[in-house]
Amino acid sequence: MVSADPTQPLLQMQGIVKVFPGARALDGVDLEVLPGEVHCLLGQNGAGKSTLIKVLAGAHQPTEGQILLDGEPISISDPVAALRHGVATMYQELDVVDGLTVAENVYLGHELATLGFSQRREAVRQTRAILQRLGHSEISPNMEVEHLSAAGKQIVSMARALSHDARVIIMDEPSAVLDSEEVGNLFRVVKELTKAGVAVVYISHRLEEIREIGDRITVLKDGRTVAQNLAVSETPTQKLITLMTGRSVEYVFPVTDGVRADAPVVLDVAGLSLRGVFEDVSFQVRAGEIVGLAGLVGAGRSEIIETVYGARRATAGAVTVDSRKLRAGSVASAVDAGIGLAPEERKSQGLLLDEPVYRNVTLSTFARFARFGFLDEAAERKAATEQSESLELRPAGVDRAIRTLSGGNQQKAMLARWLVHGCRVLLLDEPTRGVDVGARAEIYALIRRLADEGAAVVVVSSEIPEVLGLADRVLVVSEGRVVHEGPSSSIDEHQVLDMVMEGSVA
Amino acid sequence: MSEHNVSASVPTKKPDADESARVEKAASERRKGGFLSGAAGRNVGLVVALLLLCVVGFVTGGERFASVSNLMTILSLGSILGVLAIGMTFVITTGGIDLSVGSVVGLASVWATTLATQSYGWVVMVICALAVGVGAGLINGLIIAYGRVVAFIATLAMLVAARGLAELIAQKRTQIVDVPAFNDIFRGNLLGVPKIVWIFAIVAVLGWFLFNRTTFGRRTVAVGGNPEAARLAGIKVKRHLMYVYALSGLTAGIAAVMFLARTSAGSSTNGLLIELDAIAAVVVGGTLLVGGRGTIVGTVLGVLIFTTLTNVFIINNVDSSVQQIAKGAIIVGAVLLQQRLSRRTT
Repeated sequence: MVSADPTQPLLQMQGIVKVFPGARALDGVDLEVLPGEVHCLLGQNGAGKSTLIKVLAGAHQPTEGQILLDGEPISISDPVAALRHGVATMYQELDVVDGLTVAENVYLGHELATLGFSQRREAVRQTRAILQRLGHSEISPNMEVEHLSAAGKQIVSMARALSHDARVIIMDEPSAVLDSEEVGNLFRVVKELTKAGVAVVYISHRLEEIREIGDRITVLKDGRTVAQNLAVSETPTQKLITLMTGRSVEYVFPVTDGVRADAPVVLDVAGLSLRGVFEDVSFQVRAGEIVGLAGLVGAGRSEIIETVYGARRATAGAVTVDSRKLRAGSVASAVDAGIGLAPEERKSQGLLLDEPVYRNVTLSTFARFARFGFLDEAAERKAATEQSESLELRPAGVDRAIRTLSGGNQQKAMLARWLVHGCRVLLLDEPTRGVDVGARAEIYALIRRLADEGAAVVVVSSEIPEVLGLADRVLVVSEGRVVHEGPSSSIDEHQVLDMVMEGSVA
Repeated sequence: MSEHNVSASVPTKKPDADESARVEKAASERRKGGFLSGAAGRNVGLVVALLLLCVVGFVTGGERFASVSNLMTILSLGSILGVLAIGMTFVITTGGIDLSVGSVVGLASVWATTLATQSYGWVVMVICALAVGVGAGLINGLIIAYGRVVAFIATLAMLVAARGLAELIAQKRTQIVDVPAFNDIFRGNLLGVPKIVWIFAIVAVLGWFLFNRTTFGRRTVAVGGNPEAARLAGIKVKRHLMYVYALSGLTAGIAAVMFLARTSAGSSTNGLLIELDAIAAVVVGGTLLVGGRGTIVGTVLGVLIFTTLTNVFIINNVDSSVQQIAKGAIIVGAVLLQQRLSRRTT
């Protein structure tokens, strides 16, 4: 392999900024990776890890900043360029093609071929060699990938990275789908790679893994590097958690007088289960109360509220609104009973992007304004205008395509939809995702106002301070179970992190 | 002191004035921009294309093209296609496709002209044709919405099966319409215009209202634009999809009645391959194949362009094989143009 000076950085990123419309995903990231080291990237959800990886992999172009390889500035204009520079990426979402064989997946995009004829035998032979090196000679290169388990697919993805003769391999939560024995295998391969001078950028939520395999750590928060090149052996866990959570931007949360004890229970979720995702979830929400669901991505938070909403059919349990039981798996029944959902993926799950604002606002209610099936667009416009004015939607005017609004204002339009509907229960999934920091306080105030007006609100967020600051009561979800329930004032961010990373904090 | 007053009073008033000026400006920009890039702008392009075709027709055909009788020929030529294209516009706006309408026209025309059906008179014939159309559409819709079969495959199966059933019923014979009342009502002219053109006009106007002014039309656009968002907003997406395919079947039933009026014969070959012309007219008219955006006016213009083009070719004795090549080129050109436009607006 490359015999580089182990003290000279192999890869450097300097002042990387990435701006998306309405959001600054990266705001000055520095990273320095030495040859032959395992460099760990730590940060909470939304800290910018994924965006950073995509910049390295050539999937995103940085708005500012530069990337150096062996001290020379390089430009990674697309994924092919990244591979040409020797930067290979193993994504968190498995990026294998089910219908192709293992060998075809490994050489996808750089097929071994002579004059356009693929050298299948050679590809199979080399794939077998790579799999052997990974300690998985039981996987046949001729097997179709769809017959493999998630862990098997992970191995294929890793084999692909190795097939590129990479100098830097980025691994995004590679252990998430592996059991402990397979993790051992993974670590063995990582050590082999680093011995040969390959640098590994390792991303994981599990601090114990970082302790075992990492050399140095870079911590990201709110799109910035907050600590660089910490030696794994010398940095206490407590310091890492503080670095990850300490807020540079203080969120302003509205004050609340607390919920009156005699406020009626509006939403009652009893023993709700979705097989394989979450088990036996029960909670109640009173009028005027905000309940927060905290937990890691994949813990089952979003699935819980989508099941409450009927977008997924519960395998057990019941949802009751104002003592009216909902039909399982029926969104229409939930909407009729007065539940509204602002989904996590606003653009793909919530909005008709090319349609005007007012039609998005009245998407759940246009039939109510209509007479004998004939739309009353004037009434729709009027109702949408009233709500968007009270929510201070900017820019004003409900006739422009909703695509042109910022994330925060699109979220307001979602809230306006349920205000027009007159909702008793609001389910908000990541209400400030893609909303820039300035507009967040406004969204928080709005959510509190809706609660004060008598709505029962459930908020899901990956950002623990957001849940704690906004909610009256918090449910901590870990691996599909509610592991804690209590007033948000009696628990702090570290305790929540401890619970969701249970067993990982040494 | 006075200066201070001025500066204090300005900020309280200025935002309002600014705001309303900005809104006004944005609105006028939208109107201007909307004229060229919106649905209206695309329709202007279609109208220009149609006028150019007419000029070509007049230059090459003279009186033979530019006469009232030739206009009526064009319109009646396009009527059956037009009715099918109206239903197809709804289907394509949901992001689907209905390949079966041509076969369903054949089946409905045969079923409505069996000796048994004809013996009940013209009312039963018409009801029979419409019921066969709606029934076939409902089956399509059930399979697509609830069976989760891709629309292309489900309607392809109906295309094959309906034609086969039509052959079975007709036993590959042509069934002549022998009900004088039927011919009296649907054949010939009304106010100098062929009655099937009137039917097309009525279907087009009703289709426009349904698409643009009713909850049905709004749901169609929502389901096609973002099915997940529509579902999470409480719209019954599956049920609506089923209705849309039933609507397309209904237009096939109407088209079958028009076929009987034009040819006086129920045959299993009626409507052969007409679904392809209908899809082409809808796409040329500006309805997006990916769903979420449709235009009835565009579809009508697309139908007129296709039929006028055919007419101009016939007047100039252009070989029918050449006609087909030209049609193919126009479809590709229109779709390329459409993609350009949609990319610009996003």
